[in-house]
Amino acid sequence: MRTGVMAFLSGAVFAAGLAVSGMTRPQKVIDFLDVAGDWDPSLAFVMMGAIGLNVVLFRFILMRAGSVFGGAFQLPTRKDIDLRLVAGAALFGIGWGLGGYCPGPGLVSLAAGRAPALVFVIAMTVGMVANHFVENALRASGKARLDTGPERP
Amino acid sequence: MSHFTPIPSLIGGAMVGLSASMLLLFNGRVAGISGIFGGLLTRRPSDVGWRVFFLAGLAVGGVLMALIHPAAFPLAPARSAPVIALAGLLVGYGTRLGNGCTSGHGVCGISRMSARSLVATIVFMATGALSVFFVGHVLGGAR
Repeated sequence: MRTGVMAFLSGAVFAAGLAVSGMTRPQKVIDFLDVAGDWDPSLAFVMMGAIGLNVVLFRFILMRAGSVFGGAFQLPTRKDIDLRLVAGAALFGIGWGLGGYCPGPGLVSLAAGRAPALVFVIAMTVGMVANHFVENALRASGKARLDTGPERP
Repeated sequence: MSHFTPIPSLIGGAMVGLSASMLLLFNGRVAGISGIFGGLLTRRPSDVGWRVFFLAGLAVGGVLMALIHPAAFPLAPARSAPVIALAGLLVGYGTRLGNGCTSGHGVCGISRMSARSLVATIVFMATGALSVFFVGHVLGGAR
């Protein structure tokens, strides 16, 4: 139950942060990615704020033997840079630039009642389920040496 | 065209970072939205609880922010519905194939100095910029 409360609070702070940062404005995201046009570098400051804080806090948090309520830290363990990682990131980036939504802002905007986000989240869910089926099919056919790892970041 | 907003963006980014640090400190989990949401679609029931609570918090946060600060959620869509649908398919498929999105790779992964996440972030920033360039400057602003 304590992990549920902390997960809920963490989700709420995450949503508020996205709304404050400008990430829930698809046109602003597109303007950030539009380096050849009217470039708006604001979203680089989102990354700086988030990474700047976490580089420090993560270091102290990960000195602990485990988390406060949830047992051992469950962190991704893979180190290899494979085709799946690069191809997946490439497809994600194309979609991010097309719609101006990444998963977090899409979900938060849907909760805020914005219709385009509903279209986005439904399609994103279909894409995720499609990936699941494709990977299962590949695995079943024995072609895949696809290691999905213990946990996805 | 949007205005440069370094201070709100820096503060909002720090809030996202704070959220990720809270989830790691208290629950031992990485705040990667595509992984949390996608895991709900494909994972075992024993692993569902915290994901549901996180997403419920995300939703409540969205509702509250829409009341406090509605301008954060523009009513006018940036793109047409078919383009947004195609974007969603690519984001859903790509984030699962590549094991993460802006939050899991971009925020949490880079903060852990993960080489995989750094590579993923460089790649999705680059293809995102190419995607915007192609739509805006080659197709002439097709929406």
